[in-house]
Amino acid sequence: MKLRSILATDCGSTTTKAILIEKIAGEYRLAFRGEAPTTVEAPFEDVTKGVLNAVMEVEELAGRKLIDGDNIMTPRKGDEGVDIYISTSSAGGGLQMMVAGVVKGMTGESAQRAALGAGSIVMDVLASNDGRKPHEKIERIRQLRPDMILLSGGIDGGTTKHVVELAEILAAANPKPRLGTSYKLPVIYAGNKNAADKIKDTLGEITDLDITENIRPVLERENLKPSRDKIHDLFMEHVMQQAPGYKKLMSWTDAPIMPTPGAVGALIEMVAEKENISVVGVDIGGATTDIFSVFQKQFNRTVSANLGMSYSICNVLAEAGLKNVLRWVPFDIDEKELTNRIGNKMIRPTTVPQSMEELVIEQAIAREALRLSFIQHKSFAVNLKGVQKERTISDAFEQSESGESLVDMMDLDLLIGSGGVLSHAPRREQSARMLIDSFLPEGITQLAVDSIFMMPQLGVMANIQKEEIAEDARMAAIEVFEKDCLIRLGSCLAPVGQYKVGATVLITELTLSNGETQTHVLKSGDIFRIKIPYEPVKAKLTPGKGMNIGAGKNEVIETTIYGGVVGIIFDGRGRPLEISSDPKTRISNLTNWSKAVNEYPNLNPNSES
Amino acid sequence: MAHAYTPGLKVLHETKINKERRLPLKGTVVVENGTTVQPDDIVAKTDLPGNVQMVNVANQLNIDADDVNDAMTVKVGSEVRKDDMIAETKGLFGMFKSNVTAPVDGTIEVISDTTGQVVIREAPIPVEIDAYMSGRIKEVIPEEGVVIESEGVFIQGIFGIGGESRGDLAVIVKNREEEITEELITSELAGKIVVGGSFISLKAYKKAIQMKVAGVVVGGFNYFDLEDILGYTLGVAITGSEDLATSLILTEGYGKIRMGSQTFDLLKEHHGKFTSVNGATQIRAGVIRPEIVIPLSGDELKGDHKDAHASEGIQAGSLVRVIRAPYFGRMGKVVDLPSELRKMESETMVRVAIIEIDGENIEIPRANLEMVETD
Repeated sequence: MKLRSILATDCGSTTTKAILIEKIAGEYRLAFRGEAPTTVEAPFEDVTKGVLNAVMEVEELAGRKLIDGDNIMTPRKGDEGVDIYISTSSAGGGLQMMVAGVVKGMTGESAQRAALGAGSIVMDVLASNDGRKPHEKIERIRQLRPDMILLSGGIDGGTTKHVVELAEILAAANPKPRLGTSYKLPVIYAGNKNAADKIKDTLGEITDLDITENIRPVLERENLKPSRDKIHDLFMEHVMQQAPGYKKLMSWTDAPIMPTPGAVGALIEMVAEKENISVVGVDIGGATTDIFSVFQKQFNRTVSANLGMSYSICNVLAEAGLKNVLRWVPFDIDEKELTNRIGNKMIRPTTVPQSMEELVIEQAIAREALRLSFIQHKSFAVNLKGVQKERTISDAFEQSESGESLVDMMDLDLLIGSGGVLSHAPRREQSARMLIDSFLPEGITQLAVDSIFMMPQLGVMANIQKEEIAEDARMAAIEVFEKDCLIRLGSCLAPVGQYKVGATVLITELTLSNGETQTHVLKSGDIFRIKIPYEPVKAKLTPGKGMNIGAGKNEVIETTIYGGVVGIIFDGRGRPLEISSDPKTRISNLTNWSKAVNEYPNLNPNSES
Repeated sequence: MAHAYTPGLKVLHETKINKERRLPLKGTVVVENGTTVQPDDIVAKTDLPGNVQMVNVANQLNIDADDVNDAMTVKVGSEVRKDDMIAETKGLFGMFKSNVTAPVDGTIEVISDTTGQVVIREAPIPVEIDAYMSGRIKEVIPEEGVVIESEGVFIQGIFGIGGESRGDLAVIVKNREEEITEELITSELAGKIVVGGSFISLKAYKKAIQMKVAGVVVGGFNYFDLEDILGYTLGVAITGSEDLATSLILTEGYGKIRMGSQTFDLLKEHHGKFTSVNGATQIRAGVIRPEIVIPLSGDELKGDHKDAHASEGIQAGSLVRVIRAPYFGRMGKVVDLPSELRKMESETMVRVAIIEIDGENIEIPRANLEMVETD
């Protein structure tokens, strides 16, 4: 079947978003979008109502029939209906899991990686060596009531004792699922295959046990896919079945419903693979911040469960500290007054900044939420721990160990931001600055934001398994991602090295597409922007003495770089970025940096009541 | 007429109030449909499974896990007392025996020959649920709980700490601007629900705890003082399980904000009445706000009910409260709801409402308004 129109929805915890993709003049484009409140909770308790409302908006805009009675019309008949309908979901708190492994840093971490990769929130990691006594673990399991548990531990053929011990703890806790009381809690066992029978004896009766391949069959290799697939299956079979209206929704879709973050991850993985690049994607929401990365072809995802811009805004303040938030604010403000303001945003999470001051404060907090989430991500996205590496003499001098972070900012090609504070900032310059200040990209890095957060829907589209439509759907996902989903902000050029005051850190010679040439000199401590749209620009980058712009110290690079709606930002402020602790100097620097990229041209602090 | 959905807090002088009282696990409901109940009456009870202790007998006796069954002196299902012997080695010619004793009273649940662990389950923990407010049993949910119906005053706060509490209502300030000071908290307020105006300081709240005040209802409190009370920084607004003698309910928010006049006047009108409050707050999808419930008896009811669950949107004439700077805490009437997006000072493009505040028409993002639902 040739796909001409695809309808996709994402059922979020508050809003259900629908997009209609159509093949127009030989290419797939986003045609229309609509949204409506999610209807999982009382008084509606039926997710499909919100879906139909969102689709109805699309229907009105498209001016053609997509709904027949209480059904989405598939397949398309003439001018009515769509070829396929697909959906993602994070309604009702998404997929909440608990994982267990024998050694916290090894099988525990592998299990966590599998669960996160599948799009779940990991509520806790249970391990034989996590320092808690058995009764403390039991109490914790009872308290949490996860949607499912992933149990791993031991390499194939290794000792079975420890993983069976974990199973006994689970059995003693006799965990109950979060939603509903009429079914047994799904448990996936993905540990030492020799222990499978004993695990069956211990957990087979009281849980809905599923046994899959070992997540860590040998110490040197992770085998996450079977567990990830199993999590998706059980998400559909058990968790989704309990959520109101999902049985009906599942009967409508032409591909399995995916957890929203799982779909985003799948898309980012696909983009990185297709372009052969390193990618970091971030989605900063009201309650959580998700970070996805692909470095050295390895995909990682982390969820910072309590770092967000509304529900968890006070937690950002608690974890970052008031000083760290204030260092991004270019005016004086009473600290107690500020904490009350942030507290009020937490208890009234849907409010928007009306004054410029409020906007600046909100974006200061966003920088800290992003920075902290990225620190968590870097410490999790690591090489496998516990692996003996063959070393050469030079490695020995470098002291490289197993468990080092995969995240290398110099290696990063594309940084994508999404979530209200980044996608809907009044000026794109603000989004670019937030991304740069919190992620501190090095060398040459392209920046983008997801315009209306349609990565989830595109992720499911790219993952359709039905043979007859898989290829078209994947093509549609790629084309829409490139043409309609991403807003290219531009590139950041940031040389790295020992900064000396006033020294030249980078000389850039650009040849634009119209043949015009430009030369720009970046001095230590400066930041500036040149306006160039999203088009290839030939660039010769000559780093200052001792500086590195990507090819090594003092190495000149000749390459193609891209502008965007913001342009090219030259960042000579150094890495790590140091912000003066003297308030006067800090405010003066922040004001200059803002001016250089036209971030807050209308900021006139303390002008209001 | 233009109309917009804006979440609001309820301030209702007379409404039907339904409260679901549900057990954490299945158990027994001890009241029948139609029964009249008082706040302290027990409506349902159950036994939670006891805590579990795991004893690694194999390790303690230094034997293989396979041999644990042979060493056990008790069987699965046996009841044991603390310090009773549960396993013993044979020793050498009957000498040099070592043994393991039970760390708690309980029942032997599992003896594992794979890990050498023995699981002892302690006695079940009884749990009882009371009625919380006076009323009538409207529905029995078999084995799980009841729905209690009452009629009276229902007010929602914006944020609270501490769980359920009750007592006679005592308005201790003259007007809604007045703060609750330390001096105003006296020993006579023990067991009462105290109502103040714009603010309670940390010192005054601590004194309320000391004087065993049952609950405090007030306009505002400082966010940064919560840490002193809770012992940790409150990162997300999910509360209710704190072990506090005095529940605290804020009607307006953090900072010094005078209590809304409708709320204050209604509470003042019912000074001295028996009141149930719950500080539990959950600001996530499925939001839970703290509440103040004053059940009224037959002759106190006027019969002009408003449904506590119905929610109307805002329209011209609606009474609203601004919930974000720069007009935070001010109340006004909606004059117009223009449909097109307007640019704010922050350059954010939003849908707005025109609000009349103190005779002046001001543009405020609709998202920054809270409807005050009165009756």
